[in-house]
Amino acid sequence: MSELELHRATLANGLRVLVVPDPATPVVGVSVHVDVGFRSEPEGRTGFAHLFEHLMFQGSESLEKLAHFRQVQGAGGVFNGSTHQDYTDYFEVLPGAALERALFLEADRLRAPMLTEENLRNQVDVVKEEIRLNVLNRPYGGFPWILLPPVLYDTFPNAHNGYGDFSELEQATLDDAASFFDTFYAPGNALVTVHGDLGEHGVDGTLALIEKHFGDIPSRPVPVRPSFGEPVPGSERRQAVPDAHAPLPALAVGYRVPDPTTKLDQYLAHALLASVLGDGEAARLQRRLVHADGLVTDVNASNGLMGGPLDARDPDTFTITAVHPGSVDPDRVLAAVDEELDKLAAEGPSIEELSRQSARWAAALHHEDDRVMYRMLGLGARELLYGRAEIATELPARIAAVTPEQVRESAAALRAQGRAVLLVEPTTETEDEG
Amino acid sequence: MSAPTTHRSAEEIGRTAQGPRPLPPLGATREVPLPEVVTETLPSGLRVLAVRRPGVPMVETRLRIPFAGPNPTADPAFAARAELLSSTLLTGTAIRDRVAIDDELAAVGADLGVAVDPERLLVHGSGLAAGMPTLLEVLAEVLTTASYPDQELLRERERLVERISVARSQPRTVAREALQRKRFGDHPIALEMPTGEAVAAVTPEEVRATHAAGVVPRGSTLVIVGDVDPDAAIAAVGKALGEWAADGTARSLSAPPLPGAGPLELVHRPGSVQSQLRLTGPGLSRDAEGYAAFQLANLVFGGYFSSRWMENVREDKGYTYGAHSGAEFVPGGAVLGVETDVASDVTAAALLETRYELGRMVAVPPTAEEIDAARRYAIGSLLISLDSQGGLASTLAALDAAGLGVDWLRERPVRLEAVTPEQVAEAALAYFAPERFTGVIVGDADTIGSRLRALGGIA
Repeated sequence: MSELELHRATLANGLRVLVVPDPATPVVGVSVHVDVGFRSEPEGRTGFAHLFEHLMFQGSESLEKLAHFRQVQGAGGVFNGSTHQDYTDYFEVLPGAALERALFLEADRLRAPMLTEENLRNQVDVVKEEIRLNVLNRPYGGFPWILLPPVLYDTFPNAHNGYGDFSELEQATLDDAASFFDTFYAPGNALVTVHGDLGEHGVDGTLALIEKHFGDIPSRPVPVRPSFGEPVPGSERRQAVPDAHAPLPALAVGYRVPDPTTKLDQYLAHALLASVLGDGEAARLQRRLVHADGLVTDVNASNGLMGGPLDARDPDTFTITAVHPGSVDPDRVLAAVDEELDKLAAEGPSIEELSRQSARWAAALHHEDDRVMYRMLGLGARELLYGRAEIATELPARIAAVTPEQVRESAAALRAQGRAVLLVEPTTETEDEG
Repeated sequence: MSAPTTHRSAEEIGRTAQGPRPLPPLGATREVPLPEVVTETLPSGLRVLAVRRPGVPMVETRLRIPFAGPNPTADPAFAARAELLSSTLLTGTAIRDRVAIDDELAAVGADLGVAVDPERLLVHGSGLAAGMPTLLEVLAEVLTTASYPDQELLRERERLVERISVARSQPRTVAREALQRKRFGDHPIALEMPTGEAVAAVTPEEVRATHAAGVVPRGSTLVIVGDVDPDAAIAAVGKALGEWAADGTARSLSAPPLPGAGPLELVHRPGSVQSQLRLTGPGLSRDAEGYAAFQLANLVFGGYFSSRWMENVREDKGYTYGAHSGAEFVPGGAVLGVETDVASDVTAAALLETRYELGRMVAVPPTAEEIDAARRYAIGSLLISLDSQGGLASTLAALDAAGLGVDWLRERPVRLEAVTPEQVAEAALAYFAPERFTGVIVGDADTIGSRLRALGGIA
């Protein structure tokens, strides 16, 4: 399975292409990764990158509104799109027979999306419902991905709410959309990935189809990507937010991590540190906080703000989150976390402990690779973010190569820096009986 | 973003000199034969289904143990014992403690998880294929010698009470509980989550007794899918699980009564900024004559994104992020669910549009074009959902519980192809008429109540 062949090309208009055949599956995936995420959206327009992602589904020159969904599903396929810190992806997975149709659909909207006032107003309403569903009407909404960054970061790109404020979403104009598209959706700022069953087309035929459909998109200047770097905090910053729906308090701790582009092995050692702390019944924080001390209901650790590693460029965030009973002072939880990190910073994990976590990683990666959709999105995201889709296929080996000493250093690095602590405080007693 | 106009206008972006282009045709769809399923019943009564599906060097296991309570009506104490059993099955055996169990599994990249609902206890596993013997060995150990240590159980009991309070603060849980009560009354299937009080009263002895009585092989099924030889896998199960034996048969849940038509119940959730609309009526089970037509009617109504209801309430009106309808299978039948979450101020409007679209299914039945799109989606998404070890394992386990085998899957495209527009119209008339539904609406009644009641059909 690690024998995947990666075929690359760059079209004359600058569009990057990655084709990764897999004859073992009857389905094929097509994705477009665009090098713009919510860190790049302008001040005063929070949530715009995500809103714009919605607009890209609203029709294009050859496809009236609703036609995109109907054509994908009517070909037996599934589709989605998502907006991350540093990129936005669009994809469909379909029976292999629909490969050319999928390429046509993606090319048509990358060339000439239909941006209208009516669709903009409609999708502002839809996005507001998405935010009510995922944030405003539920407990722990936006925890920690919206709530933690403003505590850890100082600059607008890193600190602001990527879902957006309602007032700013409402102020978005059609001209904002036109400007955003012309600036960021230049072909030279995007990557097309095809993975799975290429059918009778083969690799060369698929490359020819990509040239046929995407090749005449005119080249446009590619925006200069700014650095989002900012200094690592030297001390602890703490903030409390009220939550009217939450029955129990929660806390999140955020740390800065090494740059995955230039220090990949150190970055991966932080990912393994997160596993040693949080994954499985034998993990350090599970044993200490959940069972030995009985301080928390649940605890998690992750290298990456949005739930996993290697999903963003620098700066990225290491998070520890916990839900705990109101009777437990959050400082007791933090003290126990610090003690466990100190132990790891002093002695590191044991070799057996680490090899068990590596084995679980390998299994989890294979598990992901078993679905065309996840493997395609992983290859595309790593190619776009780091210029090396190979990272996705090399991960099991690179994870297995991480040493106890590297994990020890990671724990020490977290303890040596400042950090963000976010406290979620319930404002009302829950009405339900427990 | 005030614009120095260095960029094109929206109108300029949306057109090219060449103009709209024709859509390329679809190629020929590959036939995908499903792998052979080897089935064997062990002397203990455990049914084993094994499938070779290479691709990644992994194996997936699903052990389904029917796990209904002894009473014909919902039994809060049983539900609490079952939930706590599920949370503590992996916390200790005769020879290993909680951490040692996890270490043993992790060493071969494996994981076990446990889930329970009113119908069954499910022990699901996955791991590197090379570690299958260890995975089966640990599985056998917990099935035959789970010890439920007092200290572990008391701690998990405390956590479970906390987790239940978190779950019940979620609007979707509030809506689900109200919907299940509305659908099934006091039948045990309605009780999906115990109360914190009932959990707090469960003792370790009760959990051990519940295990002894209910965690039995006869009536249970183990599905294994992965990069393994099926016969060797079955032999390995026979060897590892040979000690798992009991006299009784796992207890299946009785068929619940299907919901009758009636007014919608308004459930007050103070401070809600959104409302949960949950409508329900009877559906058709997978083995029923006409299921394929019912499935296509459902897709056209609200079963996928390109459905009438979704295109109306999301893409036209902007009332919701998502709207979905679909069948839920229950012992002896199925129920149809029609579910969406909408902002408080458009709750009445969304209900109106929902009833309109249900009525339109009857008055203006799905067209041939709508049915063809739904049919291609049904076949294609089946192909995609089965294209992973985990997807195949879960599907086979669910079908087996309904008495259906892999042949049912194999023949599904043919059955879908055979459905006529007349059959879909009949299914729409029988299952989608607005008068056939009942349900619940959860939201801030002070905000949404008066306009909803004015529409009628609200209790």
